[in-house]
Amino acid sequence: MKKFLVGIIVVLALAFLISGDNESDILVLATTTSVQDSGLLDVIVPLYETETGITVKYIAVGSGQALELARRGEVDALLVHDPKGEEELAKEGYVVNRQRLMHNSMVIVGPSEDPAGVKEAESAIEAFMRIYETESLFVSRGDDSGTHRLEVSIWQASSITPEENYLSVGSGMGATLTIAGQKNAYALTDKATYLWLKDSLSLVILHEGSEELLNIYHVMQVNPERFELVNDEAGKGFVEFMLSAEIQELIGTFGVDLVGEPLFYPAAGGR
Amino acid sequence: MLSAGLKGAWEMLVSGDPVLYEIIFLTLKVSSLATMIALLIGLPLGVYLGLRSFPGRKFVVSVVNTLMGLPPVVAGLIVWMALSRYGPLGFLEIIYTPTAIVIAQVIIATPVVTGLTLAAIQQIDVRFQEQIRALGANQLQFLWVLVKEARYSLLAAVIAGFGAAISEVGAAMMVGGNIFGQTRVLTTAVVLEVSRGNYEVALALSFVLVFITYLITAALTSLQQKQYKWS
Repeated sequence: MKKFLVGIIVVLALAFLISGDNESDILVLATTTSVQDSGLLDVIVPLYETETGITVKYIAVGSGQALELARRGEVDALLVHDPKGEEELAKEGYVVNRQRLMHNSMVIVGPSEDPAGVKEAESAIEAFMRIYETESLFVSRGDDSGTHRLEVSIWQASSITPEENYLSVGSGMGATLTIAGQKNAYALTDKATYLWLKDSLSLVILHEGSEELLNIYHVMQVNPERFELVNDEAGKGFVEFMLSAEIQELIGTFGVDLVGEPLFYPAAGGR
Repeated sequence: MLSAGLKGAWEMLVSGDPVLYEIIFLTLKVSSLATMIALLIGLPLGVYLGLRSFPGRKFVVSVVNTLMGLPPVVAGLIVWMALSRYGPLGFLEIIYTPTAIVIAQVIIATPVVTGLTLAAIQQIDVRFQEQIRALGANQLQFLWVLVKEARYSLLAAVIAGFGAAISEVGAAMMVGGNIFGQTRVLTTAVVLEVSRGNYEVALALSFVLVFITYLITAALTSLQQKQYKWS
């Protein structure tokens, strides 16, 4: 039995040898699925890696999980869209150097027949009330993501607690839209993901442009003074890089050739 | 729809897309390494459990059998907690690397190999075992005869172990991170393409995965069945 255990340890040690990265040259970035699904980082990250020689590991998760990873010091930087949660995190001292990076708009999508009359709504809150009052089905992310948190805040603002005709699916944006499409239901989505998936869905945009639906992305560093394992330099460098004129311009044009309009609008410097 | 997937898979393979081949190569490297480690642990452990009796043996066997059904995502979560920066093994700095996926897959595949090995060994008639001993075999010869006797079932254990490793997605997602060019394997690539709404690409990748699994399983099966003819 002893020999056997020694064998296991030797084998595991051998397995460890196949990873040979130097940790100081690595930046771990937590971002949201909406950013990953858009493909934006697949373009930006290689540029950053060539310029700095740093390897980026970007993990696409819901905003809730991304913020939790920062709270535990498991990542070096964040690119997320949950301003309320981020501000809390900054106040508690878990993140620093938080900068506005870009924005796009959330939209309310639904079946083209629009049984709830969302098209006539003048605000997102009113749209949600119409969906509720007509007992139309609404599909929610239900995964504590930035999109989900925005949705919850709109329900709260309308003083409604949806229970019936409300599906909380606990999935990413793409999966949620697919379910909404299959069920002829309403959903709140970021415009980028919707445009990306439009052709495979039977949903149309019914409400957009109201102020509550502005979807703002910030980039920030996890506080290196709080966590000794956090890569300070790489985090700072990444924030700077994302705000550089070159990348801001790239963000503003990304997606035009694919869906006819930019998926994100650069917003550096603003508040 | 299926034919579109097949066609897509074929076009992807012949186009020689380096990104695709990188993903295939990583998938094979990770899953075959994990299978080999699972075999190194699971075969001896299964043989040991199949032959020896000791206090608590029943309990160990029932644990092994339970772990055969361990959801990969649970294995992934445990490995993530252990390997994360501030986890107990964080100092190894292997979270979000292929090594982390290998470890998770080892945890998933080892009980499968152990359990099936145990079953294979136990199927051998006790009288046959006594006979080998009576013929004067030493311990090593004894084990060798047993393994030869159980070879078909043992190859099934290898195939099942490899299948468990290459097909899991929850753990690879969690501990590997599905990072482009670093830890993206076929299963996590499929999940990503589905979430991007690229159903055709996802389907084509699925066919590539099934095709590769088929090739390897077919090779193992032919090994299994070839020996069958000899005996």
